[in-house]
Amino acid sequence: MKHLILTARADISESLRSRWFFVYSLVFGGVVVALFLSGLTESRIMGFTGLSRLLVTYLQITMAILPLFVLITTVRSVAGDREAGIFEYMLSLPVSLSSWFWGKLLGRFVVVFLPVVLAMFGAVAWGMVKGVEIPWAQVILYTIFLISLAWCFLGIGMFVSSVARSSDVATGAAFLVWLFLLLFLDLILLGALIREGLPPETIIAIALANPLQVFRTGAMLLFDPQLVLLGPAAYVILDNFGERGYLAWTILYPLVLGTLFAWVGYRIFRRGDLP
Amino acid sequence: MSLIQLQQVTKRFRRHQVLKGIDLAIERGDRVALVGSNGAGKTTLIRCLLGEYNHGGTLLVGGLEPRSHRTEVLGRVGFVPQISPPLKMPVGQLIQFAAGVCDSDPERMKAVAGDLGLDADAIRHQPFNRLSGGMKQKLLIAIALGRDCELLVLDEPAANLDPEARHRFFGLLAERKEKAAMIISSHRLDEVASLVNRVVEMDQGRIVLDDQVADDVSMTSVLRSRVTLVRPSEAFARAIRQWGFEERDDGLAWEGKVAGPDRLRFLGVLSRYAALLRGIHLEEAENG
Repeated sequence: MKHLILTARADISESLRSRWFFVYSLVFGGVVVALFLSGLTESRIMGFTGLSRLLVTYLQITMAILPLFVLITTVRSVAGDREAGIFEYMLSLPVSLSSWFWGKLLGRFVVVFLPVVLAMFGAVAWGMVKGVEIPWAQVILYTIFLISLAWCFLGIGMFVSSVARSSDVATGAAFLVWLFLLLFLDLILLGALIREGLPPETIIAIALANPLQVFRTGAMLLFDPQLVLLGPAAYVILDNFGERGYLAWTILYPLVLGTLFAWVGYRIFRRGDLP
Repeated sequence: MSLIQLQQVTKRFRRHQVLKGIDLAIERGDRVALVGSNGAGKTTLIRCLLGEYNHGGTLLVGGLEPRSHRTEVLGRVGFVPQISPPLKMPVGQLIQFAAGVCDSDPERMKAVAGDLGLDADAIRHQPFNRLSGGMKQKLLIAIALGRDCELLVLDEPAANLDPEARHRFFGLLAERKEKAAMIISSHRLDEVASLVNRVVEMDQGRIVLDDQVADDVSMTSVLRSRVTLVRPSEAFARAIRQWGFEERDDGLAWEGKVAGPDRLRFLGVLSRYAALLRGIHLEEAENG
């Protein structure tokens, strides 16, 4: 446990000094500032007003860019560290491979999660100052959704880093994973699948397996309990899961998926040549 | 039982076989120069020893397989790489991390750094990758020597050190020469010859020479030296000042001290100015 904490701290320290982290924090902080400046909290669009409206928009943007950021920065940093000789030195120290791998994952999780949540809670704090009503239940559930999403893509990122031997290959693979999942969002590919006459169950299974779509639908469910915005798929989801069931799926599925990928990545990392 | 035992160790990267059946036994007290040209297999062999590569054959350190007993084996091994890792973490944190995973005292590592002329506390907030080459090397040596270990694996360890730091480094190695085994990797034997009592030369993945060498040179000895020239030379002055020599007779003579194990390296530097040399005097000055 001591080695795991030391590794996590070392990784956090490395990341905080990286250029990517600066850009990453700037992007999420900048998004919130931009949303405030755009006057979104005063708007009424499709029934969402005030801070709820801002959070919906923030989550939609986060869903698109958080996974990409997490994937690319994780694989570039882990595979890059290997290429640069950091693994050769750090793994010559008597740290166990499990502490190294999971410590790195933990440290990275803190680093990718904090700016996103700090930006969100910054928005909440600003809302409180302005006297806007705070939807606390939604804020807390959103935070948990973000934890789950970040963990999921971190796990996938660590898996890709373990499989790919160079940072260029790892970056390309990470980008393809993100693109693949993005293509299977309902608005893009599911429409095409429906036109091809696939059974609705298959389409909904694809949607339920895609962590991006799961996050998106879960976030939607918080503001739109009948999932009117989702269309006919809402019937299948609500009939089979119920509202609470789907919220649980939104939290647990990405967590399990991320852990599974990370675990397979760890097995590959442990078996292969380290530097 | 030997401290390190290798039997028919092989390593292949896809179609390229890098190690072709290495047999080697290293005892405590052995100071081995691992020499060979680029691609000979030195780095691969070291990485196998550190448990970083899978390999064929048998490789035991202290009777344990490094890959499957990482923490036990690496707890006994101090490693200094040739190329410093581009770590961004501050010096203080790197020392804390290394001491933490090695169950050592950070103050001990700082003390070794101090012996080498590096004040680790003064630079504790500086990112490691912003240090000069010499400072990085001193810090990595301090981390390797600032703990109890039975095997030191040093890859061109003194390449970036100034003569004074080299002398102190040789002194630190001398303190451990009876208790630990050392593997000092280098492209050139003359760089490390005075430090070792055994030479293992590798070529294309095989050991082509394994021989004892006379180790009459004390690792802590110092030679008093006077070099006289036929005429003053600015280029020579620049080179000899790096060894801490002082000018005499308007640049026609230079006096200073050379660490005993550095004598061959020092003569190598002088050889570049052979046409200028009138005389070279080297005399054992002190020991310890």
